[in-house]
Amino acid sequence: MGKNKQGESTWKATRDGYGKGLVELGEKNKDVLVLTADLTVSTRANWFQEKFPERLFTFGVAEQDMISTAAGFALSGKIPFCCSFGVFASGRAWEQVRTSVAYMNLNINIGGTHGGISVGPDGATHQALEEITLMRVLPNMTVIVPCDTVEARKATINSASISGPVYLRLSREKLPIITKEQEPFTIGKANVLKKGKDVTIIACGIMVYQSLFAGELLKKKGIDATIINLHTIKPIDIETILKSASQTKAVVTCEEHLIAGGVGSAIAESLAVTLPVPIEMVGVRNRFGESGDPWVLMKEFHLMPEDIVAACERVIARKKKGKDKERF
Amino acid sequence: MKQRPDINKLRKQAKQIRIDVLKMLAAAGSGHTGGSLSCVEIILSLYGYKLRYNSKRPDWPDRDRFILSKGHGCPTLYAILAHFGYFPKKDLMDLRKFGSLLQGHPQLGLPGLESSTGSLGMGLSIANGMALAARLDKRKDVRIYCLMGDGEIDEGQIWEAAMTASHYKLDNLCGIVDFNKLQIDGFLRDIKNIKPAREKWRSFGWEVFEVDGHDFKQLMDAYDKAQHIKGKPSIVLAHTTKGKGVSFIENKVEWHGIAPKPEELERALKELESLS
Repeated sequence: MGKNKQGESTWKATRDGYGKGLVELGEKNKDVLVLTADLTVSTRANWFQEKFPERLFTFGVAEQDMISTAAGFALSGKIPFCCSFGVFASGRAWEQVRTSVAYMNLNINIGGTHGGISVGPDGATHQALEEITLMRVLPNMTVIVPCDTVEARKATINSASISGPVYLRLSREKLPIITKEQEPFTIGKANVLKKGKDVTIIACGIMVYQSLFAGELLKKKGIDATIINLHTIKPIDIETILKSASQTKAVVTCEEHLIAGGVGSAIAESLAVTLPVPIEMVGVRNRFGESGDPWVLMKEFHLMPEDIVAACERVIARKKKGKDKERF
Repeated sequence: MKQRPDINKLRKQAKQIRIDVLKMLAAAGSGHTGGSLSCVEIILSLYGYKLRYNSKRPDWPDRDRFILSKGHGCPTLYAILAHFGYFPKKDLMDLRKFGSLLQGHPQLGLPGLESSTGSLGMGLSIANGMALAARLDKRKDVRIYCLMGDGEIDEGQIWEAAMTASHYKLDNLCGIVDFNKLQIDGFLRDIKNIKPAREKWRSFGWEVFEVDGHDFKQLMDAYDKAQHIKGKPSIVLAHTTKGKGVSFIENKVEWHGIAPKPEELERALKELESLS
């Protein structure tokens, strides 16, 4: 696993879908602007720059200034997309995002690329593992983690029409394309990719592909899993999650991100007060990233299909144990 | 060019604004007295003379914008906005109260207010965004003003924004620094020396004006001159006295973040009202 068996062209980084989406938005709406902090090419903002140079603004290595300037643009009726690596867009400029953007509930969209440890060789300083946490705690903020380049394009385009701020978590590493152009994509509406009766796997980003792979492995073991692509972490689609969890009574969350405050936390927060079924969480625990080949790191950080399978088995065992208790 | 208002009229307005601000702060029981009193003339000469706006139509797209980056000075901005008809003066006494649009630090939603501010260092970037947007939209008459505190410019983001404004040659932008020489911890010279401020701004590519920030003529002259500077942003370094107008508040570090008690209000009002 990890190598492309179907040919390189079917694998693309979600940052590519973002870059493509920006160009399409630029064509449709002259108020769409792109702001960059010295990572114009890395974030694929250069595709927009080639077509609309007068609407791309460079800030040098100054993320805080970029974010607050976006607020000035938005207060003047523009729709800015701010581009940087996730660590800097969500972390370095966090308080600017909080006070200049989320507090005023402005239509500002932040594309943070290089999310997760799959960034690879650059190591911990450049591997964002905290953005979902940092962004979802902010009132008014929408948080999206597309699972492939097709979904990233749709998410980018749809973000512009949401009146409040959106954070898009994007990847540097190429991911297999698993969604289709014609499939529906609605911000805040999770997509059920497969229905099963034994366990609900909820994943986002690269972990959607890992979950589909895990689904195949589980099938061989006689376990029938529901797989949900939770592309929008906030607002969370509690309806879809509840519906599935009430059927399977066992949930596994999967994220290439810290579990603390991340997707696992978000789902646990929702289910704890509605339907407290056993939950197991696949993700990064209390650890920074490090350098290495992306897929070596995915294995080292226990983000592989086998890890999801093990989590499913654990959660199903807990579900059964719970039932045993009920019997006595 | 607009007709300049009579200086004596402005002085009378300034006195009234100071009285309003002290009453508001006393009613609230908390707030930033020193930094509100230091910026009265700076903001009044904008709303009383320089800015183009329509208080009956706060969203007029061709209006000039004023950003109070030193958001803690908002009692003065609120009093001035009310004075020029953005909302009823009686609302001023709701400052800092639950449910009021007059939040402890400025919050978008109050008529005439251009941006939420209060977390220091962000306003100049916001002003840059507005100046760039005005240029994109070819609104040639629109000018953006941004008032910062002298302690505020410790913030690194101010200098990021200072580079951005000069890089983009934002000659539709005029910054102002309320140079009252005090920050919460003490005198700037003891806490973090900003000198030489003039040379710092100049080296960042700004045209610098240095004025007495309580002198209406000097302020209006600087705003007028700044409008004619082309190809770069301007900054007005306005030398002020923190707590200006009330002897026992002036230049007192402890008056940064407190409001007058009833007996202090009485003394302060007596002092202000004795002025001609």
